[in-house]
Amino acid sequence: MIAEIGLAALWLAAALAVLQMISGAAALRSVDGSTHPLAIYARPAAIVQAVLAVLAFLMLLRAFAITDLSIKLVATNSHSMKPMIYKLTGTWGNHEGSMLLWVGVLALAGGLLAGLEKRLPEKTMGATLAVQGFIALGFYAFLLLSSNPFERLPVPAAEGIGLNPLLQDIGLAIHPPTLYAGYVGLSVAFSLAMGALLTREVNPNFARAMRPWVLGAWVLLTLGITAGSYWAYYELGWGGWWFWDPVENASLMPWLAATALMHSVSVLAARDALRTWTIMLGVLAFSMSMLGTFLVRSGVLTSVHAFAVDPERGAFILALLLIYIGGAFTIFALRASAVSEGKRFAAVSREGALVFNNVMLSAILAIVLLGTLYPLLAEAFDARVSVGPPYFNPASAIFAIPMFLVMAVGPLLRWKEDKPLRVQFEMLLIAAVLIATLAIVALAGDYPLLPVLGLGLAAALGVAAFLPLRGRKLSRVPTAVWGMVLAHFGVAVSLLGMASEGAFTEERLAAVAPGDTVEMGDWLITLESVAPVAGPNWTAIEARVAARLGEGEAVTLTPQARNFWSPAQATSESALLTRWNGQLYAVIGAQTPDGRWQLRVWWKPFVTFIWYGGLLIALGGVLAIIGRVQVDVKRRKAAELGEERRADLAALTPEPAE
Amino acid sequence: MSRALALVVSGALALAALAAWPLASAIAQDALPPAPYAYTQLEDPALEAKANALMHTLRCLKCQSQSIADSDAPMAGDMRHQVRSRILAGDSPDEVRAWLIERYGDYVSYSPEVSQTTWPLFVVPVLLVLAALFVLLRRLGRGRSDKIASESSLP
Repeated sequence: MIAEIGLAALWLAAALAVLQMISGAAALRSVDGSTHPLAIYARPAAIVQAVLAVLAFLMLLRAFAITDLSIKLVATNSHSMKPMIYKLTGTWGNHEGSMLLWVGVLALAGGLLAGLEKRLPEKTMGATLAVQGFIALGFYAFLLLSSNPFERLPVPAAEGIGLNPLLQDIGLAIHPPTLYAGYVGLSVAFSLAMGALLTREVNPNFARAMRPWVLGAWVLLTLGITAGSYWAYYELGWGGWWFWDPVENASLMPWLAATALMHSVSVLAARDALRTWTIMLGVLAFSMSMLGTFLVRSGVLTSVHAFAVDPERGAFILALLLIYIGGAFTIFALRASAVSEGKRFAAVSREGALVFNNVMLSAILAIVLLGTLYPLLAEAFDARVSVGPPYFNPASAIFAIPMFLVMAVGPLLRWKEDKPLRVQFEMLLIAAVLIATLAIVALAGDYPLLPVLGLGLAAALGVAAFLPLRGRKLSRVPTAVWGMVLAHFGVAVSLLGMASEGAFTEERLAAVAPGDTVEMGDWLITLESVAPVAGPNWTAIEARVAARLGEGEAVTLTPQARNFWSPAQATSESALLTRWNGQLYAVIGAQTPDGRWQLRVWWKPFVTFIWYGGLLIALGGVLAIIGRVQVDVKRRKAAELGEERRADLAALTPEPAE
Repeated sequence: MSRALALVVSGALALAALAAWPLASAIAQDALPPAPYAYTQLEDPALEAKANALMHTLRCLKCQSQSIADSDAPMAGDMRHQVRSRILAGDSPDEVRAWLIERYGDYVSYSPEVSQTTWPLFVVPVLLVLAALFVLLRRLGRGRSDKIASESSLP
């Protein structure tokens, strides 16, 4: 019954999406003052739809939990011997399940929007819900027509095939759900932008309604990317944390657009400037989410994450992509001229700095997009081209370096208009830190250019992040400002980690027999023993490796080389030793013909800062959301108080004498 | 990396995993042992650093989106051996890259060079710089002149 209930819920949800679309569109036809009779169904439809889509997802979760082998998806992707946690996370470790998760989160976001957002005019809300329903409908159609997760087998399988061992990791519990929630949060921002554009309501009020969605989506994307990067780092066994792999780029592009959008929407909310920018970035951010979904789900990239290869599905998503994005840009082109640009500002002003950095973020986005799509395009013309770090790093640095410099100074500037001389002390301080760091690193050794620049910029940004607090009473600094400070500091921390890893990593590859010791920098690494171990669905050889720093205490690491039997696949489980100033990374490889073992160890100074920085950035976003909610609540309370007082006054005022 | 690797050896591995655990790593089942420099560094740290930087920019042809420095695939091991041997023999990284491109095609290098098939990769960033300058001048330049105009019109 599980599968049937899930499938029925999905069909019903799809029907409700149609109702939501029609009802939302009807709201646009409401004459001033009265509500169109059809318009009242949009909100309830969105809420019930959310319940149904989540129910469908829970049904699939249940099928995976009990390993119902009569369902094709479970039989092809799960195994009764898998640990429970990987049975559950395996629900979205495949194409159909992950699309159902996508749709479930999408419907949930639509339901929350319909249930919670009461500030916008009803017409705008109707248009927004109509767009949201239209998006949801496309994805329901995709699921039901080409990727039914609930398909039954004519004869139940005796045993499941299992889940890709690389995905049997806690990372699968965190990375896809957060990333998807982020993608989908951007869909709400997109719908709101379309709603405001259609009803000509692009104003600060709209920006305040949109901002929590953008911030929330951006926080989730940040967390998703950070988690994904760390997962790849420890799981793949070679110590790399970012590969400029198309699938990674697919998650980076929406993040870049969302970062620009978040800043732009804040300017719109606070200053009523950058109206068209905000709308355009809203469209761009969701386009990038869709493009990311297309790249990953269609199988056009045969890359590590693309566990779906099916051209039919690719064509379907591509069609959806073209309809939504083409439609959005058409509406934008038709209406953009009707939206005025908003308030003006000088080049040297906080808005000016934000515009500069939004242009830089967009340019980096364009570079990543080009480098990701160009090889696919070339392949279509039978030319094989590879684009990798030697291209992405310098090409994005052209725009990233000015961006970091402006980011250091921007928050110090006043809104609307400012004089550079007013912040000359701060600017000199930032420049001094930058130059001093560059000089120290350049004198210390011969390191590649980009990591050296990265170290200098990280130091300068780290100092600059706290300068907006200078001269302010810390207890009175608004929560949202703390959020900005923390997020900007997080960028510095992350940059420090990246640059340090790039410049100072030490590596040792050696074939060793048990008892042998190798040296790596200040570390002494001894292979103590190698022994077999077994897990629930794998066997492995486990090495005991003692790591000693100088004369210090030895710490034992136990890297494993695992063999899963269903599906049959080998993975290396790296062992990590985390110190405050870096990480020791050890991997045990194959046995050499003479009986020794391949041992790989790395010392990566400050590598953990990459992810600490990511967490700080996300935390800054969370503080910004909290700060905005606080202000909103205060404002609402003040408004209520004002109303009460006015009512009191009215009651006290004697009736005019007759 | 192991995912691509699994494609290559999954069949053999299924039997091997059942038969005996000491055959744990996939590479152990390859007929030939890995070449000497596949998993061994060069003695000279300067040469190794050169080779290492180069290996990170060469694609493992049997893998999916991985450099030969990040892969367990046997072919990546062979290519690492080739790179290290050539660097040891005194070749410059550029010479080694050119030699590999001649042998395996442009696809092997993650560092595209300007050519008939790749020129847009280099023209577009230049255009982007120009476009960014144009947008900024238009947006920020005009804002300023408007402001000045509005200020001068004040009584």
